[in-house]
Amino acid sequence: MSKRVDVSDLHVYYGDFKAVEDVTMTIAPRSVTAFIGPSGCGKSTFLRTLNRMHEVTPGGRVEGTVTLDSEDLYAPGVDPVAVRRTIGMVFQRPNPFPTMSIRNNVLAGLRLNGVKEKATLDETMERSLRAANLWEEVKDRLGKPGVSLSGGQQQRLCIARAIAVEPQVLLMDEPCSALDPISTLAIEDLIGRLKADYTVVVVTHNMQQAARVSDSTAFFNLAATGKPGRLVEMNDTATIFSTPSQRVTEDYISGRFG
Amino acid sequence: MVGRAGEPVGLGPDRRAAARGRRGDRLFHGAAATAGVLVVLIVVLITVFLVVHAVPALLHDQANFLTSRSWDVSVPMSFGILQLLWTTVATSVLALAIALPFSVGIALFLTHYAPPWLSRPAAVLIDLLAAVPSIVYGLWGAYIVAPKFAPIQDGIQHLLGWIPLFGGVSAISGGTTMLLVGIVLAIMVLPIMTAINREVLAKAPAAQQEAALAIGATKWEMVRTAVLPYGRAGIISGAMLGLGRALGETIAVMFILSALPQGSAWTWSLFNGGETFASKIASDAAELTPGLGTGAYIAAGLVLFLLTFVVNAVARLIIDGKKDFSE
Repeated sequence: MSKRVDVSDLHVYYGDFKAVEDVTMTIAPRSVTAFIGPSGCGKSTFLRTLNRMHEVTPGGRVEGTVTLDSEDLYAPGVDPVAVRRTIGMVFQRPNPFPTMSIRNNVLAGLRLNGVKEKATLDETMERSLRAANLWEEVKDRLGKPGVSLSGGQQQRLCIARAIAVEPQVLLMDEPCSALDPISTLAIEDLIGRLKADYTVVVVTHNMQQAARVSDSTAFFNLAATGKPGRLVEMNDTATIFSTPSQRVTEDYISGRFG
Repeated sequence: MVGRAGEPVGLGPDRRAAARGRRGDRLFHGAAATAGVLVVLIVVLITVFLVVHAVPALLHDQANFLTSRSWDVSVPMSFGILQLLWTTVATSVLALAIALPFSVGIALFLTHYAPPWLSRPAAVLIDLLAAVPSIVYGLWGAYIVAPKFAPIQDGIQHLLGWIPLFGGVSAISGGTTMLLVGIVLAIMVLPIMTAINREVLAKAPAAQQEAALAIGATKWEMVRTAVLPYGRAGIISGAMLGLGRALGETIAVMFILSALPQGSAWTWSLFNGGETFASKIASDAAELTPGLGTGAYIAAGLVLFLLTFVVNAVARLIIDGKKDFSE
């Protein structure tokens, strides 16, 4: 249950404003792809086009194509709801549903799909929590509110919630930026394990993190202030961090700007 | 910053400003505390006033105050609140039952579905409903709606007459019934409830809404998962404010509701007339003279006061009961 994402000539707009320009890339299945780049370079915006979350913002639209194993996500008649069930997302700040218990947070997606059998629900909950490396910590208090957990645990709960609906791809938008170093390590560890089953895309501000967790890295940058963000280059993570082909990439990863 | 010798650097020179700041603090603390104490004091004084005036009348009451339906305040007094209590509670609960789904629906539409160019003017329009004086609602209800509403009521009664709430009442005609009062009260409490629900639902955090969408929720599922539960406490608070207003509404009820003929039989029907606590007190106000007779009305007022108090307390309990599950 892991599919390949192909993006070609993608432009992202908010109303008349062009936020990201001309991105073409391939995201390999069962791998971790990191998006790095300075703030405001459009990496998060671009990430949100991969499951059509950008459409939630009024005026958000794209030109170009995104395909999931050659299935066009933007073809007429494709329901964004179906896209988001296939391509899950984890956000910058942990956002468990405050009115729900740990158990119900994990099962929220399944419940939306109308799954009612207790056995299926229980089985999915345990599998998802185990996959998110949280089961041992919460198995005795599944009825407690999701927001009673620590920040790092909440983020893993959100990951469990995202994978409970068995997506093909998991998008993570700076999943560790609101967490302490120990929780960050736990999430990074988890990302490394998730790629066995999912196509994982991680946006990160932290270059060490990109170097630690990803197989390939895409570097985004603004051509100039006020210009749309663009993909500068994408390659194996090792190559990007040792011998990038663009000068601007080298400047960024060596800390000369950004 | 360089301080004078013997003074800690950075603490010395601004002493006067600091003193000024403390004075401001004290003033503000005093003002806030006074306001807080005053509120409590007013509630206590009102209670004391009501109890002091109600007790002598209650002691002279020949009938059971809680279960009697008669209202005779000339000595020997025999009065009870049953009819008033039923009319008050039934009309208010009916108003709430109608207004709650409407206000939540309107608020949801304005905050999550309507385009901005529509939601703002529409919100202003609904707020304007609150600016219409009660007396206007009363006139409108009694002279314009009631005659048109009478045939509809007859229809409902024919269809659902087997339910006690919709049973026929021969003594009341012309549509000026508890049902109509409930509907007019619903319109009257709609603006405040909608305004509160709008505030609450607009504040539902975007993060949870995105979380719901990201696991494949449709718009409505997103609203159900991440917006409505978040607004629950606020919606209940708004409903209680609305209920409080409906319970105490006087002039509109007085205008619309037909008085009950002397000695009419008890009925659960919403097609009955009657009086609420507030409308009863207001309509008899002209005849009130200091003394036991007035005490009877004050006792009725006390019950209304306690009723609103209990309603608010219950709302608190409902909200607090789920506190663990909110941010």
